[in-house]
Amino acid sequence: MTPSGLHEVLLRHADERDLTKRAEYEAVGGYRALTTALRTDPGELVESLLASGLRGRGGAGFPMGRKASFIPKPDQTPNPIYLTVNADESEPGTFKDRELMLRIPHAVIEGIVITCHAIGAETAFVYLRGEYATEFDVMAAALDEAHEAGYVGPGIAGTDTNVTIVIHRGAGAYICGEETALLESLEGKRGQPRSKPPFPAISGVYASPTLINNVETIATVPTIVGMGGEEYAKLGVENSAGTRLFSLSGNVVKGGNYELELGTPLRELIYDLGGGIPDGRALKAVIPGGSSVPVLTADEVDTALDFDAMAQAGTMLGSGAVIVIDERACMVQLGLRVAQFYMHESCGKCTPCREGTRWMVQILRKLEAGEAEQGELDLLLNVCDRILGNCLCPLGDAAAMPIASYVAKFREEYQRHIDEGGCPFGGESSLEGVVAPVDQHHAHLRGQIEVPIHA
Amino acid sequence: MPALHLAQDRYGWLPPEALREVAEALDLTPAYCYAVASFYDMYHLEPVGRYEIAVCTNVSCALAGAQDVLAAFERELGVQAGGTTEDGEFSLSSFECLGGCGWATVVAVNWRYREHVTAGDVPGIVAELRGGEGAGDDA
Ligand SMILES: Cc1cc2nc3c(=O)[nH]c(=O)nc-3n(C[C@H](O)[C@H](O)[C@H](O)COP(=O)(O)O)c2cc1C
Ligand code: SF4
Repeated sequence: MTPSGLHEVLLRHADERDLTKRAEYEAVGGYRALTTALRTDPGELVESLLASGLRGRGGAGFPMGRKASFIPKPDQTPNPIYLTVNADESEPGTFKDRELMLRIPHAVIEGIVITCHAIGAETAFVYLRGEYATEFDVMAAALDEAHEAGYVGPGIAGTDTNVTIVIHRGAGAYICGEETALLESLEGKRGQPRSKPPFPAISGVYASPTLINNVETIATVPTIVGMGGEEYAKLGVENSAGTRLFSLSGNVVKGGNYELELGTPLRELIYDLGGGIPDGRALKAVIPGGSSVPVLTADEVDTALDFDAMAQAGTMLGSGAVIVIDERACMVQLGLRVAQFYMHESCGKCTPCREGTRWMVQILRKLEAGEAEQGELDLLLNVCDRILGNCLCPLGDAAAMPIASYVAKFREEYQRHIDEGGCPFGGESSLEGVVAPVDQHHAHLRGQIEVPIHA
Repeated sequence: MPALHLAQDRYGWLPPEALREVAEALDLTPAYCYAVASFYDMYHLEPVGRYEIAVCTNVSCALAGAQDVLAAFERELGVQAGGTTEDGEFSLSSFECLGGCGWATVVAVNWRYREHVTAGDVPGIVAELRGGEGAGDDA
C-alpha cells in the first residue's frame, strides 16, 4: 500500500504542547527511552538501530546502525570516542533540522545521550550553523533543563553513564556540513574536507573515533528505542524505513515542513498538502532533495519520496528539501544561481571544483545574456563532466550534477538562449535579476576576481 | 572559533588587534587566526553596521521574489548589497540559503529571522530599526 498523508512520528504531540519544556516533553513519554536505553547493552542498541532500517537524514542516506557498528569498542581504542551531530543545515531548500531543534530540542538531546551510550562516547558535539542564533538559544535552554534533571552530565539517571554535550557554533560556510570539513572546523581550522580514508569512525575529531549523524537521524533514535527497531522498520517502504521531514518551498501555496512516511508520492506533498502552485500556474520542475540533486520535470511528479524511487528517476532524496518551480522560471537563470552558490561555497582545495564552478558561472552568465556560442553549451557539459568524480569531497559533484540535469532536461530552453541571442523570457522570468552574494571578504575587489575563460 | 566569535561580539568586527588578542590567548599566530576568520562568511574583517541585514537570495527565496526585497532594502538604505550605510547603522548583504525557504523571503536582522518578508514590508522594518527597537544586540 502506498503511504499517504501526514504521519507525525517525530513531531507527535508537538502541535498540542510546548515540547521545548522538559516537563511537557516528559508528560508525553519523553526521556523514557533514555531510561530504558541506559539499562540496555550497547550492542543490543546498535542491533536495534540496524533492525530499524534508519538511514541518515543528512543527505547520503547511509544506514545509521551500520555506521555506528564501525566505531571501535571503548576497549579497542586508546582514544576517547566522540559523537558529532551535524546541525550545519545549509543545503539550499532545507529547513527541517531547524524546526526539530526549535520544537523538540529534548528529543535531539535524548537521542544524543542514547547514541553516546550505544557507541561508548562520553562527549558529544553539536555543530550548529552560525546563523541559527534562536536555535542556539532554544537548544542551550533545553540542555540546561536536561542537566538539571540529570539526563545529561555524570551518572545519568542513576547509572554510571556520563555524557557531556557541547554546542559549537559555525560561522557561515556551507562546506562545513560535509562531515570531514565539519571536523576540521570543530578543531578550529578552515573548514576544508579531509581525504578519506581514514574514515571518521576510525580517526575523526582529534584523531579519535567519531560518529557523525544529522540532527533528524539522532532525533529519531528515541522513537526507535521506544517502538523497537522492528516496529519502526514497518513504517515507510522497502529500503526506506520510517518517516522524514520534507521541507517544501518555492512556488507552492503552503510551504513548510511536512512529516511523511517515506514512499509518499511527491504529487501529494506538492498538491494535497502544499496546496499546489499559486494562481493556478503550471508546474515546470521539482528539485526533490536540495539544490545539489538533479531536477525532475513536471511529468515525473508521481515519483515516490523514497530512496529507491528517486534513484530510479535519476536523482536523490538528499536532504529532503523539495523545491517547486513553476512555468515562470528560466532554467538558465536557475542554473546560474545554483552554480553561483557552489562557486561561492567551494573551499578551493581541488582544482576541478574551484575552477570548474567558476567556469560554469561564466558560461551560464553568457548564455543568459545571449552572448554564448554553440560550442559553449557543449563546453558547459564538458566542464560538468570533468568535475564529476574528480573531487575530494562531494561538493564538486553536487555542483555539476544539477547543472548537467538542467541542460539535459531543458535542452531546448538552453538552445533558445543561443538561437535567439537572449533569454526567451525577455525579462519576465520569476528569477529575473537574481543576485548572488558577493564574498564579503572581497567585496572591494568585486571587479577583479572575474578570471576570463578561454572558450 | 568560539574565541573569534567572542572577539567579534566585543569589537563588532575583527580588527587586527582583535586577531592579535585571539592569537595570544590561544598561542597561535595572528596570520593563522586571519586565515581561519577569512574562511567563514560571518566573521567580519571590515567594520559593519550596528544592524546586519542579510537577505536570502538563494533559489527558494528567489522564486518568491527575494530580488525585489533586496532592491527595496537598497533603495531604503541607499547602499548596495555588500555595503554599510554612512552613519554606520546598517550593513546590507545578499546571503546564501538561510534555512527558512518554506516561508520565503527570509531576512535576518542580526541573525534573528523574519519570514514572509515582501518588498512592501521593507520601509517598515527599516523604520522600526531606526526607532531603536527590534533586533538583539549580538551583532
Ligand atoms: C557539501 C556537503 C554539505 C553537507 N551539508 C550537510 C548538512 O548541512 N547537514 C547534514 O546533516 N549533512 C550534510 N552533509 C552530509 C554529511 O557529510 C554527512 O553525510 C551526514 O551529516 C551524515 O549524517 P547522516 O548519516 O545522519 O545523514 C553534507 C555533505 C556535503 C558533501
Ligand atoms: S570538491 Fe570543492 S569543496 Fe570539496 S574539497 Fe574539493 S574544492 Fe573543496
